[in-house]
Amino acid sequence: MRVRDLMLVGGVGLGGTAMMIGRAATPPGATISGKVTFTGTPPKMKPIDMAKEPFCARLHAAAPVLTENVTTGPSDALRWVLVYVSAGDQGSAPATETVRLDQKGCQYIPHVLVVQPNQPLDIYNDDSTSHNIHPLAKVNAEWNKSQPIGAPPIHAKWESPEFIPVKCNVHPWMHGWHLVLTTSHYAVTGEDGAFRLQGLPPGKYTITAWQEQFGTQSQDVTVTGSETKSVSFVFKATPY
Amino acid sequence: MTHATVAGAHRHAPPQGFLRKHVFSLDHKVIGKQYLDLALVAVCTGMILSWLMRFHLAWPETPIPGLAKLSPNGAAGGVITPEYYLSLMTMHGTIMVFFVLTTAPFAGFGNYFLPIQVGAEDMAFPRINMMSFWVTLVAFLVLISAFVVGDGPPLSGWTAYAPLSAVGKDAGPGQGVGQTLWAVSITLFCVAQLLGALNFVTTTLDLRTKGMSLARMPYSTWAWFITSVIGLIAFAVLMPACILLILDRVAGTSFFIPAGLVISDRLQPHAGGSPLLWQHLFWFFGHPEVYIAILPGFGIISHILPVFARKPLLGPRVMIACLVAIAFLSYTVWGHHMFLSGMNPFSATLFSVPTLVITIPATIVTLLWIGTIYGARLRFTTPALFCLGFVSVFVSGGISGFFLAQPSIDTYLHGTYFVVGHFHFVMGVAAMFGIFAATYFWAPKMFGRMMNETLGKWHFWLTFIGVYCVFMPMHYLGLAGNVRRYSAFTDDYLKPLIPLHRFITVAALFTGAAQLIFLFNLIRSRFRGPQAPDNPWEATSLEWSTTSPPPFDNFGGRPPVVERGPNEYGIGSGARGVDYGMQAAAARVSAR
Amino acid sequence: MGKLFAVVVTIITVVSTAIFIAHTWWLPPDISAHGHAIDRQLSETMISSGVLFVLSQLALALFAWRFGDREDGRRVKPFPGGATPMVVFAAVLVGAEILTLTLVGAKVWAGVFQTPPDPNSLQIDVQAEQFAFYFRYPGPDGRFGATHPELINEASENFFGLDPARDTSARDDIVVPTLTIPLNRPIALTLRAKDVNHAFYVPELRIQQDFVPGLTIPLHFTATQTGRYEIVCTQLCGLGHYNMRAYIEVLPQAQFDQWLKDKAAQQ
Repeated sequence: MRVRDLMLVGGVGLGGTAMMIGRAATPPGATISGKVTFTGTPPKMKPIDMAKEPFCARLHAAAPVLTENVTTGPSDALRWVLVYVSAGDQGSAPATETVRLDQKGCQYIPHVLVVQPNQPLDIYNDDSTSHNIHPLAKVNAEWNKSQPIGAPPIHAKWESPEFIPVKCNVHPWMHGWHLVLTTSHYAVTGEDGAFRLQGLPPGKYTITAWQEQFGTQSQDVTVTGSETKSVSFVFKATPY
Repeated sequence: MTHATVAGAHRHAPPQGFLRKHVFSLDHKVIGKQYLDLALVAVCTGMILSWLMRFHLAWPETPIPGLAKLSPNGAAGGVITPEYYLSLMTMHGTIMVFFVLTTAPFAGFGNYFLPIQVGAEDMAFPRINMMSFWVTLVAFLVLISAFVVGDGPPLSGWTAYAPLSAVGKDAGPGQGVGQTLWAVSITLFCVAQLLGALNFVTTTLDLRTKGMSLARMPYSTWAWFITSVIGLIAFAVLMPACILLILDRVAGTSFFIPAGLVISDRLQPHAGGSPLLWQHLFWFFGHPEVYIAILPGFGIISHILPVFARKPLLGPRVMIACLVAIAFLSYTVWGHHMFLSGMNPFSATLFSVPTLVITIPATIVTLLWIGTIYGARLRFTTPALFCLGFVSVFVSGGISGFFLAQPSIDTYLHGTYFVVGHFHFVMGVAAMFGIFAATYFWAPKMFGRMMNETLGKWHFWLTFIGVYCVFMPMHYLGLAGNVRRYSAFTDDYLKPLIPLHRFITVAALFTGAAQLIFLFNLIRSRFRGPQAPDNPWEATSLEWSTTSPPPFDNFGGRPPVVERGPNEYGIGSGARGVDYGMQAAAARVSAR
Repeated sequence: MGKLFAVVVTIITVVSTAIFIAHTWWLPPDISAHGHAIDRQLSETMISSGVLFVLSQLALALFAWRFGDREDGRRVKPFPGGATPMVVFAAVLVGAEILTLTLVGAKVWAGVFQTPPDPNSLQIDVQAEQFAFYFRYPGPDGRFGATHPELINEASENFFGLDPARDTSARDDIVVPTLTIPLNRPIALTLRAKDVNHAFYVPELRIQQDFVPGLTIPLHFTATQTGRYEIVCTQLCGLGHYNMRAYIEVLPQAQFDQWLKDKAAQQ
């Protein structure tokens, strides 16, 4: 009897622990996944000439970085597209871990960064040059801050939901985005244009895809259990 | 024509109570000392800012201890950010030009000594005089408040060129409320100086005592008088210019901002303005301003040098004529700050002509000083040394102006350290030497106590050698093309010049430290120095005919009657104590 | 004390003059067609002002040395001739030097800033912004596209606000951050500012000019040596002023032509 009780307690304990640790594994709930692609002719991804900043120019001498406002991948995939639950959000967990933004090689890494309101954001200068990060916020307070060589990281946070373009006051080609979302159900597409939203409780959701140049597209998706629903977004691209 | 003060129009009863005697005083002597104390606080502030700047230029990545606490935004981790460097530079220039170089030699010493030197009981308008000090103090406090409000102090330089200074906070850190506070502060400063200049002019023309004709006025009085006239016109232009700047910033006007500007990714909602208009207005004030800064020094040196040479100033009428010529010409040259500004290039040639012509009276006055010490019997006291040092540094600073006055050469030297070396020699050194000479000379009269001569001489030598080590190398940097107003030297061609910058920084820190000797001497002597006689230097002008310090009405109710000009030195048999003739008849002369 | 003053002033004068003469820190070699005239003006000024500098400092030193009070009851001596020699020296000698420098200098200045550019010049459009320079070549069609400030988009490298969707002449415009020019060919720049005042300064080219928002300012020169030089900003424009530079590459004509062709192909 006691051994059985022990095994029951142990099993519940292990299972519960597994559930908590295993959030990265398949959480209970539905999954909405798919790909973001484009039709038409996208603008050329141009190499960025960083000649005016010799340190960064040297870093990219062998392989220049390309503009990131429209980044395409194989099979007409679109990178850096945010796909998220814009309405009907349930079961979002507030995120508390610190997100890191790097200014490295005179680029913002990642180009599109997602945080939740009041989530800690640490901004590092990894380059041997000064940067001055300037988020052009309209709902949140706008600010800019210099980080000379060797300066400590900036500890920031955003209070209100907003899509904030970010530029560097010193290097005109450096652009990125800080996307402040209340939902934790989001994904940013990679080179393959794929996204996966997991752990969705049953309900009706509006899923929105946002691309910085092409704007937004939304679709309504209803999930009932732990099925996987497939959704795709296709943006119309023009060369200019 | 002189007006006696006995008529009582300006007589006021002796002040009673601490506040009336020392704080809200109508007495020009107290007001003069208040201005000097303000300038002292300002120069210490401005000097500390320059140490921070120089340290950063020499060692840009080295943290400065304590700075992170003082300014967590400007110097996180103790390393000055590029914008904070420019803010320090802006505040350094603004504080030094306005609150030191315009305040001390003109408002400070001028207020104290002009009425006495013309034999009056006080300035013509004592209440306006008091108001002008308090408005200056408020202007200073408004300026300093930029350090602690909003985004910090402005970074557009003391010259505040539009549109950087006019569009508001889009233009960068410090360009928000900090820049507005700057403009308000300068507007207030202009008001104060206009009030003060009004007093100086009226007192000089109307309150001279019996026998004090214009020709018999001391050269320092002449210089203060001429400076006031310059100031009346110059500040009257800067004040509306700053008001227009404030309007552009807060009221949506576009005096200085054209259409189509994109700053911080935003199209600016302005149209129709001209950035060059700001430059013209500013420099129309700005060039006469630098003569406002130096002309009192010319007067002070011309006043003090004969005392210690025991010989009259050479060519006093020529000297006065040159001061008047310089004052007049100072209004015709402002475009030499704008040769490359985008104004019509033909204007550059036009402006360069009077700029070069000013060299002539400037050369004459320098030669008159040198000629004064020819055949002299020089007494090398501290004030005398600073007079001689003044001549040397003024030569150095003036000569570099010769290059910048020519547009063809300015094509290369504009915006480089050559300019920085030039204006620091003439303003930061020569004008300062004038202030030092005046302080050592007049401290016994103002405080009734002698300053320590040994400390004074140490101060002189360390400063004289130090300033040459700081500012002469800047001309070499300029010839190499070293651009100014850079917070760091990262360009390929500038990196080899950094060792010379380090030399300058070390020299600047040493020279700055040497000023502590002056501060210590000044403060200690003011309260504990040995008693000063009425006329310790055996000088002739009216301030030496009264007690040290003078009574509240300057002459104890008995206005002096003047018999001679101020230049009666080296007369008589040459036996000690009787080689000069005091301006006042039957003066109380105390033996040395 | 007077002797000490004289010695110190003499040492300062000799050392500082020696450093000027030795060219320890000096202008870089001139690579422009017009620069020799500026260099000559500078040398002439350096000599005449150097003489004035040395003479006045040494006179000051000499008099401080000789004319201290030795308490021997001697009488003071006025300067021979009084103030008149001073006035004459300044008005005549200094005046003559000023006249010469002005007349010659005005011609040098006019040669750079008051003459129209060579009709054969290569036209390049220059935009200065916080904190970079961008250079625009008209491309194979030989025409510059129109600029629209509201279309400026740095993230997509549209620094000039061109409208290639609707403006065909804008499609082949070449926009680069490095000023590449051919050797010995007159270059005609048009300077425009996107936001605040900036300036264009190349020490080796002996050329400098402010950019003024709202104005379109011409600047022309010819480079006479190949190489890579720096263009730096000399008009305070904000926090990145110290870091605002571009490189200028002077290439032999054939190499430049190839560069231009390669760039055109990339548009």
